[in-house]
Amino acid sequence: MTLIDLANPTRFLKLTERLLPWLAGLTALLLAIGLAQSALAPDDYQQGATVKIMFVHVPNAWLSMFVWGIMSLSALGTLVWRHPLADVAAKAAAPIGAAFTFLALVTGSLWGRPMWGTYWEWDARLTSMLILFLMYLGLIALWRAVEDPSRAARAAAIFTLVGAINLPIIKFSVDWWNTLHQPASVLRVGGPALDKSFLIPLLVMAIAFSLLFITLHLAAMRNEILRRRVRALQMLQAAEQQGQLRSGAL
Amino acid sequence: MTALLAMIRRDIKIALRVGGGALIGVLFFLAVVVLMPFAIGPDLALLQRLGPAVLWLGALLASLLTLDRLFMADHEDGSLDLIAMSRTPLEFACAAKALAHWLAAGLPLVVATPVLGLLLNLDGSASLAIAATLLVGTPALTFTGMIGAALAVTLHRGGLLMAVLVLPLSIPVLIFGVAAAGAAITGPVSFGTPFQILCALSLASMVIGPFAAAASLRQGLD
Repeated sequence: MTLIDLANPTRFLKLTERLLPWLAGLTALLLAIGLAQSALAPDDYQQGATVKIMFVHVPNAWLSMFVWGIMSLSALGTLVWRHPLADVAAKAAAPIGAAFTFLALVTGSLWGRPMWGTYWEWDARLTSMLILFLMYLGLIALWRAVEDPSRAARAAAIFTLVGAINLPIIKFSVDWWNTLHQPASVLRVGGPALDKSFLIPLLVMAIAFSLLFITLHLAAMRNEILRRRVRALQMLQAAEQQGQLRSGAL
Repeated sequence: MTALLAMIRRDIKIALRVGGGALIGVLFFLAVVVLMPFAIGPDLALLQRLGPAVLWLGALLASLLTLDRLFMADHEDGSLDLIAMSRTPLEFACAAKALAHWLAAGLPLVVATPVLGLLLNLDGSASLAIAATLLVGTPALTFTGMIGAALAVTLHRGGLLMAVLVLPLSIPVLIFGVAAAGAAITGPVSFGTPFQILCALSLASMVIGPFAAAASLRQGLD
């Protein structure tokens, strides 16, 4: 089974139908384990219980960037190989990525309130996350601006790739801007290495969130394929009705 | 080569003639700078401190405003299709169009900067430093913005979508432009470092921009 075999949407639907319950079950199991471990993890000697926000925050932040990577691969699939499912994958991933980015921002700001005494700090990492969120929203706006899915797909693919080139540049420039404006006072660079009691729950949560993304992504791709079929059938029906009307009038 | 030169000459002529509207960008730039003191008060010391930021934001918005003319007029009268079908590679044609657009709409902003600097209580050397950063920075704005313009013209959705797509991409240019300008006036860092990064951003966007714009035009025009 290669990537090309999946080009047939019907085959893809059949495969994911069998795969999704298992994935969802595994995700739920790992999330339960990870959450339990996070709850049982000891409090930090400095941050107290708020350190546990990390177990949700870090996987979200990690996935927010990972999803753009997935979309860039899909964009290559759209532009280079014209793989019929690549644009479905890219379109389905964008809102999920935006949601992960938003959650990373919200949990980060909730964590920042007790730690830094403010919900928002123009810290380099927060700022680049916010810009990433803006780019996700722009991409979704681009998808929604065009009716024809294949046309929108190619435009979105180009923007996704341009974004993938630009995101490291933006990250670098924001880091530079930040060190220029405020010497590192808020975040200790590097910080103390994570203790094992934090590291293991964090890894479990990261895997659980990745599985959650894969599950949601496959489900969203199924929905998108079905939505396109509905759209095609509706247009067919409308064309038939128009044809009948015309022959009746004549 | 002659085809590209002819295209540059044609684009500049169209932009500068009646109905071209390239110089409206300068007018907009002036209006933005004039509005600033009304928003933050006529405090000359404060205006001087904010000067580089105000000038850079004004230039950024002005160049964004004129960008939708880059492909729109040619798309409306059909010459864009002819350019796409001609033997000149579309990448070169896009680069030529962007260059012409920068000469007609970007360069006047640079020239206007020292004059506008007077309104913001900036002395001569500071104004010239800001003009220098704009001179090497505005090509990056034009060439990155061209990608957004190409996407917008093929999607038949104008300005607002393009602004939403392009603005996040122009953040690095803004950061290093203002940093270099600020460094020339007061800043803790040297002028050279951000200025050179700004040059690098412009050069990189000159490479990436035409390819991305040509790709989106080619995808969108069929």
